[in-house]
Amino acid sequence: MRAIENEFVRRFVVPAVASTALYWILVSIAYRNDYYMYVLTMCAINVIGATSLNLINGFTGQFSLGHAGFMAVGAYVAGSLTKFGHWPFVGALLAGMAGAAVAGFLVGLPTLRLRGDYLAIATLGFGEIIRMLIINSDKLGLKFLEGPRGVPGIKRYSTFGWAFFFAVVTVWILANYIWSTHGRACGAVKEDEVAAEAMGVGTTTYKVMSFTIGASFAGLAGGLHAHLLQLLHPASYDFLKSCDFLVMIVVGGMGNLTGSVLGALFVTLITEALRKLLELRMLAYAVGLICVMLFRPEGLFGTREFSLGALRFLAPRRPVSQVGGDKSGAT
Amino acid sequence: MELLQQIINGISLGSIYALIALGYTMVYGIVRLINFAHGDVYMAGAYIAYLIANRFSEETVWRFPLILLASMGGCSLLGMAIERVAYKPLRNRPRIATLTTAIGVSIFLENLVRVAIGPNFLGFPEIITRTSWEIKGITISNVQVVVPGCTVLLVLVLHYVVHKTKAGKAMRAVSFDRDVAMLMGVNVDNTIRITFAIGSALAAAAGVLVGIAYPRIDPYMGIMAGLKAFVSAVLGGIGIIPGAALGGLMMGVAEVMAVQLFSSSLKDAIAFVVLIVVLLVKPTGLLGKVASEKV
Repeated sequence: MRAIENEFVRRFVVPAVASTALYWILVSIAYRNDYYMYVLTMCAINVIGATSLNLINGFTGQFSLGHAGFMAVGAYVAGSLTKFGHWPFVGALLAGMAGAAVAGFLVGLPTLRLRGDYLAIATLGFGEIIRMLIINSDKLGLKFLEGPRGVPGIKRYSTFGWAFFFAVVTVWILANYIWSTHGRACGAVKEDEVAAEAMGVGTTTYKVMSFTIGASFAGLAGGLHAHLLQLLHPASYDFLKSCDFLVMIVVGGMGNLTGSVLGALFVTLITEALRKLLELRMLAYAVGLICVMLFRPEGLFGTREFSLGALRFLAPRRPVSQVGGDKSGAT
Repeated sequence: MELLQQIINGISLGSIYALIALGYTMVYGIVRLINFAHGDVYMAGAYIAYLIANRFSEETVWRFPLILLASMGGCSLLGMAIERVAYKPLRNRPRIATLTTAIGVSIFLENLVRVAIGPNFLGFPEIITRTSWEIKGITISNVQVVVPGCTVLLVLVLHYVVHKTKAGKAMRAVSFDRDVAMLMGVNVDNTIRITFAIGSALAAAAGVLVGIAYPRIDPYMGIMAGLKAFVSAVLGGIGIIPGAALGGLMMGVAEVMAVQLFSSSLKDAIAFVVLIVVLLVKPTGLLGKVASEKV
């Protein structure tokens, strides 16, 4: 496909037209089937969660395991605003995003000076602390949040239309961020923090920026999630939820935006498809996950971005090289 | 008196965390992997003990040590199998790949037990007949003596293995610098395998002890306990064996105190608050040394 010259057409018109077309295709497939609509909505929400986590983990190289915590903030802010404040849905979602962004900023500022595994543990800890705060919310003066019992009766505002719209907007914003000056600075931070610093990249600023943006979109996903499940419950946003997003981006390929979109779709659809296995479902999921990691550790889609111009996607792939280590002593 | 009583309760809980934390810290020290499946090995240990104890109900003095050893043996095989199947092929890959497999293994073990044995809480059989003594208003049960006692014994054995045997020397060498250890003729594969075996055996012991002290087991018991034990390992300084034991004890006492002073719903929160404070104040942990990063 020839590159489209016109900047405006390339950046606004093409994504809008393509996503509208995709929307109508999906709606016509799922037409009048509530379950399909639910699955599609869930896919869209997971796309938001996974791509935003990939911004932090894959593109900025800051290993976060606390994404569910920010999702919880978004869910609780948006959910309680529509239920108790009678806010309009979109306003509440944006407020949820803002809340999650504030949480992300507050968590990111102190923790992002840690590196690698320590950062992972710290974010995991903060994610759990957010959940614990919610569990103890009734004792902390926020009686209406009902603590561990959760808040039922959230209106089901998250239609597939809204979820799809927000997923497209999220991916569009993230793509524009990632391939902007700031995004490249984040890439530099990921590749080599010291070198980036030496080149005049304010590493802390970019780390906190990515973290805050990622957290705010997690909040958006949380708000949509709450208005889909019609329930606010602390157990929905535990460590396993963070793991889910991590699995999506690793399966899709770290630092690959389209990869994490596909990874989110793949994981969501697989988990739904496995429902028929009943009890064995999570077992099959775990085996599948381990096999994907063993046979394709760079993720199903590697680091190759998928775009309309590059359908070389199915090109023959290189065999996974076996580097050292296996026969130690001999080396 | 109340305080002393709580400390005694805390030590009992803390020695269980300490045993799990030792496995975390050893594995982390040697392959730099946060082994998320470790908490589930602990769960597996409790279940193996549960199954054996129900088959073997004869009341003898040997019942407890035999069950303990069997469970430890079973779990060390499990640990080696996990290492061989899930971690070894990915050893030279980015760490996130191994971490994801670890999460996969964790989900696998939980659901395997859930499907094979059942998702509900099970009452752990009474392997040791409970008695308790009252000394000046403090109640101490024999379990509260056995649990820390076993922990101390196992930690001493571990200390001996790590510092006085050839395998232990190899473990220390590999954790110090894997490539150089390899050049010096250390069989790195075997050493890593042994580390997993020992760590898993300790987790199994913790599983048996928790079954005795808090006789209720379920397939998901490993998640929270594993996370808390991991926090204990970080608290003591990850990769440092005495640190893990110290961190575990402190975590147990802190948790019991938090429940006593504030509320039982803060039971799980305290671990993470401790974690954040440690990471922000002294990320290398209580016993950790500051290592300057080479550029």
